[in-house]
Amino acid sequence: MSERTVELEVLRYNPETDGEPHFQRYSVTCREEWVVLDALNHIKETVDPTLSYRWSCHMAVCGSCGMMIDGEPKLACKTFLRDYPGVIRVEPLAHFPVERDLVTVIDDFIAKLTRVKPYLIPKEEKPVAAGEYRQTPAQLKRYKQFTLCINCMLCYAACPEYGIIPKFLGPAAISLAHRWNQDSRDGGRAQRQEEIAATEGVWECSFTGACSEVCPEHVDPAAALQQVKIKSTVDWYLAHTMPWLNK
Amino acid sequence: MAEQVTRKPYVREVPRMLWFLRHPRYMRYMAREFSCLFIGAYTLMLVVGLKRLAEGPDAWAGFLAALGSPGAIVFHLFALAFSAYHSITWFRLTPKAMPVQIGDTFVADRVISGAHYAGWALVSLVVLWLAGAF
Repeated sequence: MSERTVELEVLRYNPETDGEPHFQRYSVTCREEWVVLDALNHIKETVDPTLSYRWSCHMAVCGSCGMMIDGEPKLACKTFLRDYPGVIRVEPLAHFPVERDLVTVIDDFIAKLTRVKPYLIPKEEKPVAAGEYRQTPAQLKRYKQFTLCINCMLCYAACPEYGIIPKFLGPAAISLAHRWNQDSRDGGRAQRQEEIAATEGVWECSFTGACSEVCPEHVDPAAALQQVKIKSTVDWYLAHTMPWLNK
Repeated sequence: MAEQVTRKPYVREVPRMLWFLRHPRYMRYMAREFSCLFIGAYTLMLVVGLKRLAEGPDAWAGFLAALGSPGAIVFHLFALAFSAYHSITWFRLTPKAMPVQIGDTFVADRVISGAHYAGWALVSLVVLWLAGAF
């Protein structure tokens, strides 16, 4: 197995001693198949145990290891060192406060995710004895793409809108709301519209499309947001031109 | 007693102006947005033309002569290039906003954006027909 030396420039921030973050350079002897997360683990295990970062699955499923790699939001477990010829700059996800080193404060995203009620709100409650809520393959297909979100927040780090207007509900939260709205078993759309059809919801989006470009699971959040815009616009016209439809 | 944990999250400021210089994809987005200025300017020019038409034959002839000036021709070339960029980039995005599902499958992206091009061509033909081009 071929080995080579890679230089990493990692953003360090210790809230107990540092006034502001700074970069620290590490040299790592890495193997051909290593990803950035392997290099960080190697640094933590053999060079500098104080380096802090989040990770869990090492297989692009858990969504924990999102960070800026050479200025691009990436999953560290899915980003091969061999694709970077020079010094690799590793920073915490953009647009989030830095807790320590590569660890960000994600409370804002979690609060927004909670607000959109990303779970099944059944159209009609029925007892367990009445059986499952059934669905055809076509009904599943309608929303399946949006179920692939792993809450890694790369889309928030890519979204210039979220960077400038932090109140914006953001790509992942709205995509997940849309995922449940599109579900034939669900009846919670009116509740979710309160959040996602608001100004701070989908109307802050100006369709830069960066979220979809960086999404590691190809959820295409930008598509979800535009679909929500169209559906919300139709709602508005129906409410104002056909008031007899209002219940 | 457990050791006191101090939290002092560091907020990195995002540039409010010129943020789009940070990445080529933001520049592409701004180019798309910027193109609408030329479309707006062209619309204003048409409104001025209407005004000249209402003012009589002499004013209209003056307007037509002004359209033939080198500056006006350069402006038209820019307006054409930017409005084509605007339309093409938006038509490319239409399949995202308007997916059409038939049974278990979604209609291919190129069919949806193709339908928009067809609509564009049709409207252009109608405009040309109204203008007496045929």
